[in-house]
Amino acid sequence: MAEFSYGGADLIRPVGGPPLDPASPPGEAWDDFVYRRDNAAGAHTELWFHAAGCRRWFAVRRDTRTNVILAETEA
Amino acid sequence: MTHYSALTVARQALSGHRLWQPAWRDPAPRPRYKVVIIGGGGHGLATAYYLAKNHGITDVAVLEKAWLGGGNTGRNTAIVRSSYLLDANAQFYEHSLKLWEGLSADLNFNVMFSQRGMVNIAHSNAEMSGLHRRGNAMRLNGIDAELLDRNDLGRLMPDLDLSAEARFPIMGGLIQRRGGTARHDAVAWGYARAADARGIDIIQNCEVTALRRAAGRITGVETTRGTIEADKVAICVAGDSSRLAAMAGLRLPIESHVLQALVSEPIKPMLNVVAVSGALHIYINQSDKGELVMGGDIDGCNSYAQRGDPHVLDHVVESAVALFPCLSRLRMMRSWGGTVDMTMDGSPIITKLPIDGLYLNGGWCYGGFKGTPAAGWTLAHLVATDQPHPLTARHTLERFSTGALLDERGSGSSPWLH
Repeated sequence: MAEFSYGGADLIRPVGGPPLDPASPPGEAWDDFVYRRDNAAGAHTELWFHAAGCRRWFAVRRDTRTNVILAETEA
Repeated sequence: MTHYSALTVARQALSGHRLWQPAWRDPAPRPRYKVVIIGGGGHGLATAYYLAKNHGITDVAVLEKAWLGGGNTGRNTAIVRSSYLLDANAQFYEHSLKLWEGLSADLNFNVMFSQRGMVNIAHSNAEMSGLHRRGNAMRLNGIDAELLDRNDLGRLMPDLDLSAEARFPIMGGLIQRRGGTARHDAVAWGYARAADARGIDIIQNCEVTALRRAAGRITGVETTRGTIEADKVAICVAGDSSRLAAMAGLRLPIESHVLQALVSEPIKPMLNVVAVSGALHIYINQSDKGELVMGGDIDGCNSYAQRGDPHVLDHVVESAVALFPCLSRLRMMRSWGGTVDMTMDGSPIITKLPIDGLYLNGGWCYGGFKGTPAAGWTLAHLVATDQPHPLTARHTLERFSTGALLDERGSGSSPWLH
């Protein structure tokens, strides 16, 4: 078991997601949030979970080319 | 191109091997081509070959930023199979397998395709049920699949730990006998030589730095070796698809992840099949040089680093030793990482992009190598005719908006879980 587990890109959840109202479907912004990514080669802000420690979520800014951590904040 | 044959080898031997011709030219880029393919790996080179062979289009350049086949084609664990659950994937990979079966003859180049058999090992009744389901799905698509019991596994893999003391119990397995391995470099070289022979320019050390557009359509590329105009541009850059798409202002449902693999020191032949354990997430085969080639899961976070964490390799080796205890004293010789396009449903994307003349072949996750021939075949069809090939009609970008996802594992929009 690894100490930390990954939670993907740290994104702002758009208004209009679930619970869904069939009368006004969420649209492009929701598709973007669920599926599309910048996937940067460089600084990437992402979520991590300290699974084998304090069990808190936090956000990290990491260079995906070198794994150098640029910044950390509480999620 | 010199036709390779026993006669050629004999003749060359008698002349002291001084008359061999280069397998492909090293041309300078021309100012303009009808089609530019970005990426000189297996997929890009196969696409070029089938554009020439199936569609008579030879005014084509393959642009490779480094040396051809030096990306994921040069790094994979060489497994070829069509043992997929979902129709869209099974049918695609089966077409690829059929192309593999005739490939050495077609290319006049030995790609060392060895149909030694690919065995999935089940460690629980639930896994056996899963293999029943997968086997039946394969057979419904006309693909060979056979269930195996413990005795069958023992006969196929004499060093498999079937004892009561085994760390992970072995219930049985599923074999695709027509699956196996191929020489990964040979595929790149075979397609390169055959495409070059048909007049296609393969241009190495040529990195695309920008896509040129005018009035909503592609007009060419900027590269480190100058500007090249083109009517059509096809992106075949495993792991870097997002970076190329960003040059056109597009975002894809892809995350780039590192996938590691390793080889052991060479030993005498002891494993005659490809062995895969779903629960342990590892795959292992023995190369013709005697090395054990092993891999497992992606590391699990976005990465372009082409290197990963040691604990991932530890898990692969632990799992291999749990299955084959005699490997415990083997030295690991070399490990490496590659960058793979992990999509939001674990299946590839072969599509026109929303800019006229721009095409994408990406999202291959960790299954690109076996798909090399069919990816080239279907992308060539798409580029030549502007219509998706029937085998890739479902591998669209739109499926991420419509919900028609191809989720083999059922893991949802978390690419690191696929």
